[in-house]
Amino acid sequence: MIEVDNVTLGYGSRNFITAVDGASMTIGRNEIVGVAGESGSGKSTLMRAIYGDFSTGLRLRSGRITATFPDRAPIDCSEMRKTWWQDISYVPQGSMSVLNPLMKVHKQLIDGLPKHKRKGDRRAIRRDLETFLAGLDLDPSVLDAYPHQLSGGMRQRVLVAIASYVGPHLILADEPTTALDVVVQKRILLMLVEIQRRLGNTLVLVSHDLGVHYQIADRLIIMFKGEVVETGPTDEIFANPKHEYTQRLIGSLPRLGTRKSTVTALRRATP
Amino acid sequence: MTEPNVLEMTGLTRLFRKGGGLFGGKSFAAVDDVTFTLPAEPCVSSIVGESGSGKTTLARMLLRLVTPTSGEIRLLGRPVHGQKTERIDDMSFRRQVQPIFQNPFEAFSAYLPVIDYLRATARNLEVAEGARAVDAEVDRALRMVGLSLARVEGKFIRQFSGGELQRISVARALIPRPRLIVADEPVSMVDASLRMSIVNIFKRIKDEEGISFVYITHDLSTAYYLSDRVSIMNKGRIIESGTPADVLDDPAEAYTQELMNAVPRVNDRWPEIDRLKAASVPA
Repeated sequence: MIEVDNVTLGYGSRNFITAVDGASMTIGRNEIVGVAGESGSGKSTLMRAIYGDFSTGLRLRSGRITATFPDRAPIDCSEMRKTWWQDISYVPQGSMSVLNPLMKVHKQLIDGLPKHKRKGDRRAIRRDLETFLAGLDLDPSVLDAYPHQLSGGMRQRVLVAIASYVGPHLILADEPTTALDVVVQKRILLMLVEIQRRLGNTLVLVSHDLGVHYQIADRLIIMFKGEVVETGPTDEIFANPKHEYTQRLIGSLPRLGTRKSTVTALRRATP
Repeated sequence: MTEPNVLEMTGLTRLFRKGGGLFGGKSFAAVDDVTFTLPAEPCVSSIVGESGSGKTTLARMLLRLVTPTSGEIRLLGRPVHGQKTERIDDMSFRRQVQPIFQNPFEAFSAYLPVIDYLRATARNLEVAEGARAVDAEVDRALRMVGLSLARVEGKFIRQFSGGELQRISVARALIPRPRLIVADEPVSMVDASLRMSIVNIFKRIKDEEGISFVYITHDLSTAYYLSDRVSIMNKGRIIESGTPADVLDDPAEAYTQELMNAVPRVNDRWPEIDRLKAASVPA
C-alpha cells in the first residue's frame, strides 16, 4: 500500500539536517507494522513524510513515497493531504496538544470529519458516533466533555476512536501510549489491535518500546540513525536479530522474572 | 550505639484541597498514612506506582519541597520537617539528600554551560574551596558516571544526548557525597537501550559509594532489576512491599497483579492479543 523508495528527509534548506538517510520500506494491506528505534533515529520524520505533512520545514530531498489505496490511483506523498481522514489518519502522542481545549469533544470531532461524512443532520452524525464509541467500550458522555475533563488515557482513546471512525485504510500512530501508565497502555493497545483486525486495514505503530512491538506488531521495521537497518516478522526478529544494533536493543532489555542482566546473555551468545 | 536508619517515615500524610473555591472543596490525600524505613546499610528501595498514586508527592516531601500534613520523616534519626530549631539545617540536609529528576533538559538552564552548575553545586554545598579543588571534586563525580570534566567543560545542554545529560545530573547529585539520592522517574525520558546503563550506574554507586536510593518509578522492569526492596503505591497508600521477587513474582494484591499483567513483555504475549489475532489472519 505504501512504497518508500530510497528516501532522504531532513529539515531546513540552506543548512539541511538529514533525519532519514536513504530509507526504503513497504507497508502492506491488513497488517500491524511496528517501527522501532530511539529518539533521533528518524522514525517520526519518516511517519510525517508518509502522512504528507511537510509543514515546519520538513523536506524530501530525494527518493519517492507512493501510496496506493484501494479504489484510487497511486498518489505521491505530496498529495497525501487530500486523503487525510479518509484513507489515512494519524494518532499523535500528545493528545492535549492536538485537541482544542476550548471546544467540547463532539464539536471538534464532527468539524474534523471529511466533507462527505459531515453531510446531513448533525444529530444523526452524533448518534452514529455514539454507537461507534460504545462499540469500542467508550462512554458516549466523553463527547460532551472538554479535553481537560478527560484523563490522559481517555483522551488518547478518544483520539484513536476519531482516527478509526472514518474507516481509513491506514492508521499511523506515533508513540500513542508513551506517556501513559501500563494498565491504560494495555487497554489502548488492545483497542488498536481490535480496530485493525475489525477493519482489516493497516496500522503503523511507532514506539521505542520493544515490549509494545512484541505484543502487537506482525512485522517490525528497525531504524537506527536515519536508516532502516532491519525488517522482518516480529517473532523472527526477536528470535534471531541480524543487525548489530537490533541485537543490542533486544539485549539491553531488563526482563521481569529473570533477574539477570541480559548483557551477559548476549556475550554468551556471540562466540 | 547502632547506626540510625537512613530514613524513617511514620504515618506520613499529605492532603490537597480539590475544587470548591476559597472555603469549600474537599480534601483528598495524595499520600495517605505511609510508613516506610530505609535501613542504615546502603540499599535501593523502589516506590512503584501509576500516575496519581502519590509517589511524586512522597518524593517531594522527602526532598523537603512539600510539607507533610501529618506524620514525620527522619533522616539519620533527625526530623526533616518542622520548626527550624528542631529540624536538620538546610546545609546538612542538602549535603545528605540529593535529587535526580525526570527531565535533565529541565534540570539545567539552556543558557549556561552545564559544568557551571556542577561547580556551583560544589561551591554552594561547601564541598571544596578554590577553583582547583572544586574542579577536582567535579571531575571525581563525573568519572563515577563514566564522564570527565574535560568532556563536559564548555558545553551546553543541547550538545549532549538525553542519556549523557541524565548521567551528568547523577554526577551533580554525587558531588556532596550524599547518604541518600531520591530519583523521581530518572530513566523514563531516556531511550530504552540506554536505560540499563543508567540503572547500572545506580547499582555501582550503591555498592562502591555506599549511597542509598529511593527510586521512584512506574517502570516495573527496572524496579525489579535494580531494587533491594519494592513498595507498590496505589491511591496514596503503600499496599504491598518486600523484595522484588516476593512482591512482583508473587503479588499478594490484585492491583499489583494487574500491573504485572499489563507490562508489555518480550517473549510473553498477552492472551488477549493472541485471541484477537487468531480471529482473523492477516493477508
